[in-house]
Amino acid sequence: MITSIREKVLAGKRISEEDALHLFESDDIFSLGSLASHVAHRKNGKKAFYVRNRHINPTNICVNRCKFCAFSRSKGQEGAFELTIEDIIDKLGRGKREEGKGKDSRKAARPENRQADLGFTEVHIVGGLHPDWPFEHYLEMLSSIKKTFPKLHIKAFTAVEIDYFSKISGRSLEDTLGALKKSGLGSMPGGGAEIFSEGVRNRLCPEKISGDRWLKVMETAHRAGIRTNATMLYGHVEDLSDRVDHLSRLRSLQDRTKGFQAFIPLAYHPKNTEIAGTYTSGIDDLKTVAVSRIFLDNFDHIKAYWIMLGEKISQLALLFGADDIDGTIIEEKITHSAGGLTGEKLTAEQLVNLILKAGKVAVERDSFYKTVRMYR
Amino acid sequence: MIERQEKDRISRQEALSLLRKADLLGLGMWADIIRKALHPEEICTFVVDRNINYTNVCINKCTFCAFWRDAEDADAYLLDRETIFRKIEETIALGGTQILIQGGLHPSLDIFYYVDLLRSVKERFDINVHGFSPPEVCYIADTSDLTIRETLSILKAAGLDSIPGGGAEILSDRVREVLSPKKIKSSRWLEVMEAAHRLGMRTTATMMFGSIETPEDIITHLEAIRQLQDRTGGFTAFIPWTFQPGNTELQARGKGQGAKTFKVQTPATAVEYLRVLALSRIYLDNIENIQASWVTQGLKMAQVALRFGANDFGSTMIEENVVASTGVSYCVTKDDIIGSIRSAGFVPVQRDTHYNLLRFF
Repeated sequence: MITSIREKVLAGKRISEEDALHLFESDDIFSLGSLASHVAHRKNGKKAFYVRNRHINPTNICVNRCKFCAFSRSKGQEGAFELTIEDIIDKLGRGKREEGKGKDSRKAARPENRQADLGFTEVHIVGGLHPDWPFEHYLEMLSSIKKTFPKLHIKAFTAVEIDYFSKISGRSLEDTLGALKKSGLGSMPGGGAEIFSEGVRNRLCPEKISGDRWLKVMETAHRAGIRTNATMLYGHVEDLSDRVDHLSRLRSLQDRTKGFQAFIPLAYHPKNTEIAGTYTSGIDDLKTVAVSRIFLDNFDHIKAYWIMLGEKISQLALLFGADDIDGTIIEEKITHSAGGLTGEKLTAEQLVNLILKAGKVAVERDSFYKTVRMYR
Repeated sequence: MIERQEKDRISRQEALSLLRKADLLGLGMWADIIRKALHPEEICTFVVDRNINYTNVCINKCTFCAFWRDAEDADAYLLDRETIFRKIEETIALGGTQILIQGGLHPSLDIFYYVDLLRSVKERFDINVHGFSPPEVCYIADTSDLTIRETLSILKAAGLDSIPGGGAEILSDRVREVLSPKKIKSSRWLEVMEAAHRLGMRTTATMMFGSIETPEDIITHLEAIRQLQDRTGGFTAFIPWTFQPGNTELQARGKGQGAKTFKVQTPATAVEYLRVLALSRIYLDNIENIQASWVTQGLKMAQVALRFGANDFGSTMIEENVVASTGVSYCVTKDDIIGSIRSAGFVPVQRDTHYNLLRFF
């Protein structure tokens, strides 16, 4: 490990893009892990977070056909699906009904108990860019969920979907985001960032919004008081300097807005996609987490998303700078379409066990990283 | 052979304290330095082989095993010769150099069956037969009223080349009493290995952890292996792997009556696997090779294991049945193994049973 980079980090100074590239190129994973752990500890102590959440994908019908994606379908194509708003409410309520069996159902039906009942505190909603659904459909989706489950936090719609909503509704980004927020949008996920570098993006997903536009949507969301995450899809056709460029653009925006909550590096999955290729190596996964933690000094949280990294690598990532392993998920379609190697859900108990066995304090968080409960 | 250096060796006490308290990254870095010193070529080896489980009928019925059946069970089997030959032909066609023949302790097979099987394989094929773990060797000896040494000599003469390290589980009789009361005790496992080494046969050694053992039991196991290796030098590799609870009696009993005795806390996580792996590399200073277990950990973890002490990816396992019966099955081809080794930063090299390098990729 290059001593000067280490000294900078230990002194709490920012490292340069060139430094980040050196770190990516280093094979000293132990020093990298220990330096990243140092930064993580400074930010979050021994805490590692998880959330009780559920994923919902309203549709896989998408007008974009990104080459790395195995989830999307065209309208009418085999395997295409659309959930109605009732379907979504039904899926969300399912945990509640199952939980309610044999218990005091009247108590469970009280509005103040609805949330505890669900078994999760956050719903994560992302989907394809549907060719026919009007913007109002999404507003109704949010308000219906809110009406039925008032305490449930809705984290929904990537920057790519927000941009699309603005196009189909003819509204500005500000108005689009404002209307969604008013209907119940609580925060936004960080998907659709892929790799910002124009050359790579043109090869991967020519129809998708540019990196600059993605950042513009996020900036607008942050200014509207909507917190978001940020992601990076790595391990396909990009090179290490593309990764550094990506991280650097995120860091600059975060300097201006402070609106990002967590950065989530996403390991590419090759199955059923147009570009194929191979899975990333476990070593690359851990290095990417570590370099992200060290470079993104203005991000509070680095998430090792277990669906994409696998439970095992996610747990190890907690020793390489990550402080969050995402949540219970319950149902996952996007990664699993591309050869996801994990199950679709983990129980809170399993998540706590992974964290404790890594020597961390397990903290169940809400959608803004407030502590719900803690296990030592 | 690696020079034994008494002074530099870590003691049981030191090992116990490392296993309990050491920082995982520190432990990994230490194991990585040792691995580099022993294998400076930055290669990672693997063998192309197939597991042939000739029978799943077994009188031992270990609580951690999901593979065994009673002879009367509907899905009990004993492979016929033709099936075994066909499996070997396929293995050779795929560039295989070894078959691992292992099975249950079948009450109606005696040494004549094994001698006949080995001869008929060796007559037809030029392939290394890695077969019969110590519980099988002991069972053959007992049912045929032979000593272990006699049994091994006969099997060797019939064509047995080397012996796999299975059935070691944890070499602590306290644990074996709970996990596998009918299986041979630690001393007999070691006795078979010592006798095999003295007859000039190389063997591997395994350890299954993450069930009901304590850290002390793990150190007891490592110490037993290290001591025997000091005497014989016959172990080619050490292979630690984790208990897979699916479909096993141990898992079921951990939930019902007797839950206290059988309680498996939770299956070993990635952090615990790497901790034991790294400690094995540090403790077993007289064993040249440490295998990563992709079969129980998956390829990504096996890649990480190459930086935590392992230098070998084990076998490509054209066929594997025992771990798969617990519901854990990673679909992996030879190309996946080669690609994984390469993307972890090592040169993939196909080896034979005795770790001679055959082909660089």
